[in-house]
Amino acid sequence: MSGWLPAQASSFAPQIDGMFWAIMIITGITFVLVEIGIVWFSFAYRGRPGRQAHYTHGNGTAEIIWTAIPAVTMVILGLVSNGLWTQFKGRNSVPADAFPIEVHAKQFEWWVTYTGADGKFGRVTNDSISKTNPTGIDHSDPASNDDIVVRNQLHVPVGKPVVVYLSSEDVIHSFYVPEFRVRQDVVPGMQIKQWFVATVPGTYEIACSQLCGLGHYKMRAQVYVQTQADFDAWMQQQAEKAKGAPTS
Amino acid sequence: MSTAAATAHAGHAHHDDRSFVQKYLFSTDHKIIGIQFLFLSLFFLLIGAILSLQIRWQLAFPGQPMPGGKLLPESMAAGGVLLPEYYLQLVTMHGTFMVFFAIMLLLVGVYANFLIPLKIGAHDMAFPRINMASFWSAVVAGLVMLSSLFVTDGSPRAGWTMYVPLSARHDYSGASLGQELWSISIIFFGLSSVLGSLNYITTVINNRAPGMTWFRMPLSVWALFITAILGLLAVPVLAGAAIMLLFEQILGTHFFDPSAGGQVLLWQHLFWFFGHPEVYILILPAMGMVSELVANGSRKPIFGYHSMVFAICGIAFLGWIVWGHHMFVSGMNPTLGSSFMVTTLLIAVPSAIKVFNWMGTMWRGNLRFHTPMLWGIGFVAMFTIGGLSGIFMAATPVDMYIHDTYFIVAHIHYVLVGGSLFAIFGGIVFWYPKMFGRMMNETAGKVHFWLTLILYNCVFFPMHIIGMAGHMRRIYDPTIYDFLKPVQHWNVFISISAFLLFGTQIIFFLNFWLSMFWGKKAALNPWEDNGLEWSLPSPAPHGNWDTPPTVYRGPYEFSVPGASEDYIPQNKKLPTDREPALAPAHGD
Repeated sequence: MSGWLPAQASSFAPQIDGMFWAIMIITGITFVLVEIGIVWFSFAYRGRPGRQAHYTHGNGTAEIIWTAIPAVTMVILGLVSNGLWTQFKGRNSVPADAFPIEVHAKQFEWWVTYTGADGKFGRVTNDSISKTNPTGIDHSDPASNDDIVVRNQLHVPVGKPVVVYLSSEDVIHSFYVPEFRVRQDVVPGMQIKQWFVATVPGTYEIACSQLCGLGHYKMRAQVYVQTQADFDAWMQQQAEKAKGAPTS
Repeated sequence: MSTAAATAHAGHAHHDDRSFVQKYLFSTDHKIIGIQFLFLSLFFLLIGAILSLQIRWQLAFPGQPMPGGKLLPESMAAGGVLLPEYYLQLVTMHGTFMVFFAIMLLLVGVYANFLIPLKIGAHDMAFPRINMASFWSAVVAGLVMLSSLFVTDGSPRAGWTMYVPLSARHDYSGASLGQELWSISIIFFGLSSVLGSLNYITTVINNRAPGMTWFRMPLSVWALFITAILGLLAVPVLAGAAIMLLFEQILGTHFFDPSAGGQVLLWQHLFWFFGHPEVYILILPAMGMVSELVANGSRKPIFGYHSMVFAICGIAFLGWIVWGHHMFVSGMNPTLGSSFMVTTLLIAVPSAIKVFNWMGTMWRGNLRFHTPMLWGIGFVAMFTIGGLSGIFMAATPVDMYIHDTYFIVAHIHYVLVGGSLFAIFGGIVFWYPKMFGRMMNETAGKVHFWLTLILYNCVFFPMHIIGMAGHMRRIYDPTIYDFLKPVQHWNVFISISAFLLFGTQIIFFLNFWLSMFWGKKAALNPWEDNGLEWSLPSPAPHGNWDTPPTVYRGPYEFSVPGASEDYIPQNKKLPTDREPALAPAHGD
């Protein structure tokens, strides 16, 4: 059954899956008890000639028990969930040393920007967006000179916190990597941070998981989780390619 | 019996000089309006189901020509192969028709209209003409929505939730008039719903028969009353949001446009502020009806009547403060997510209370497995699954993964089909004799129940599995994703089950229409129930009672020790009963 969840490839994945299976056990027990109860009662108390139903309007103790047990369970579940939630999504949850990457979504592609050697993103403005400048880099900003922009591929180093800055040009998209168990809507007019630590090198998929129009189903990109050495080599190669390219 | 016969006689003696149009078309009789809503909503249920079959074809066999697909215009299906733009219209219109025009009208339009006056002993609704206006606004809304399927650039395609900016900007969605028709239809729908809700609330407060105190009201009436309050307060928010959306679409306003200072998330807050109470609008009346069916079938008083009432109120109250759970990953402040998680988890408590009380009602009963009882038990068994799967989504970290996957689709269908629709089927069979004076066929009803129960689970249970695998909603072609390849065979299984499930509904369709003419004539009280409606002849005459009935007891006095029969109708006067001290105000 655990095979139904995709492979785990981020530090969040084992924690989320653990929570998932914990809830599965709680709800599974409830489910089995209720369904057995229904079948059992249906059989045991089936109508027969001469049978008299037990006349009762209820039982206060029973009501208290089956109010209290779900209430306590839910409170505990809420407390545990909230701890994880704050860790994954909390406004101050992003580790200070997280490696920054900008991810810009538009119908129906993902544009990924790296800071380059200076460690700073160049300014981007909506007005600068054009066919040749898909993310809207403002080239008057010197910090933009070494920025590296790639389409539909996200390269991240393994074992290191990464923070993606998500922005959208047109409609709502959703940044979703199943193996990371990470999902965050990408909303026009907002820049939203999502961090994660990829744990297993390999190639995964980014799928857009919020209906974004005609091409929604094929708004897909690759995630390459690489060792630091491979990642650095790829980055170097991109930097050289960018140098050779004419600046617009 | 003699009083009932006298009422029947009086009903026939009462000369009905209304013309055919007044009687059956522009009727102010709540029962006729209820039946009109029934025909209207069953029509939309059929439309919604046909749309879903096309969705299922595409997901199981992407790129293959659909049987009968050549009948569709080239703009929808090229050479019988569904196009992505048509696919998005299908998912949008399936959701829209099912939520607004099938399930909501079936529960609130049909049962609130038909049952409230009959069950509380009133002559009619408090405002019969407003009631008629409510029905005809719903017809207009439905026709406008339906017409969007036939405009040149196609029907709406931004999902039934109509998230902006996709729904607001024609260049983003590719549809213009279709999108606008959605907004216009929803405005009419809102009008219909508000008129109806006002009426239900007023009627329940003012028009109860003498002796029908609040805590002698059947749970179905309680549920419909609380639902009407939810509808009155929630649906105007949707209509208001639809007006804003329409302005955005045709006047170029910027409520939701961030480049001009608007807010994208504003739409989601407005939509779900309506949308979550809406979920309870779609389930509370079903819970109320199931309470009637299970008590009747168990021949026992409902277990914990007061807890059931308070659970309805608790669900309705919490329903107002959980809307943010649709927005955990929307970019809303995560701290707000935490508070919405708490309220959402808490709503499991009154839901659990209801399930346990239904089981308590069956416990040590004397169960009669008539078709309505089967649907009632089916509801409890299936709603449990839908309720429990909601806990996964309420837990925010898990929701981050399963949000917008088929796990959610499974959840909503367990609540709305296994929950609401099962109760609706049970309710139709139970009150069919009251509506049409004849019984539906029990054997056909039971075959329909069992086949539906099995196939329904074959359709929707595997959706949990593909949701766990990460299968996104609303994607035209799942086969292009590597991570979904291992579960594609489930899509085929689900689709074939769905086609069979649809085929099974032919049994219901035939039973429903044929019984109207050839069904067994209904006895006065065919289910041996306690409700006031069964003291009237079937179908009941216009105006219901000549003199309002007097109520002596609660609605679930089954199997009272020492009684001659195992049921005592609410208006049956026993020697020990005293006349109600103070009759509630009875405005006519």
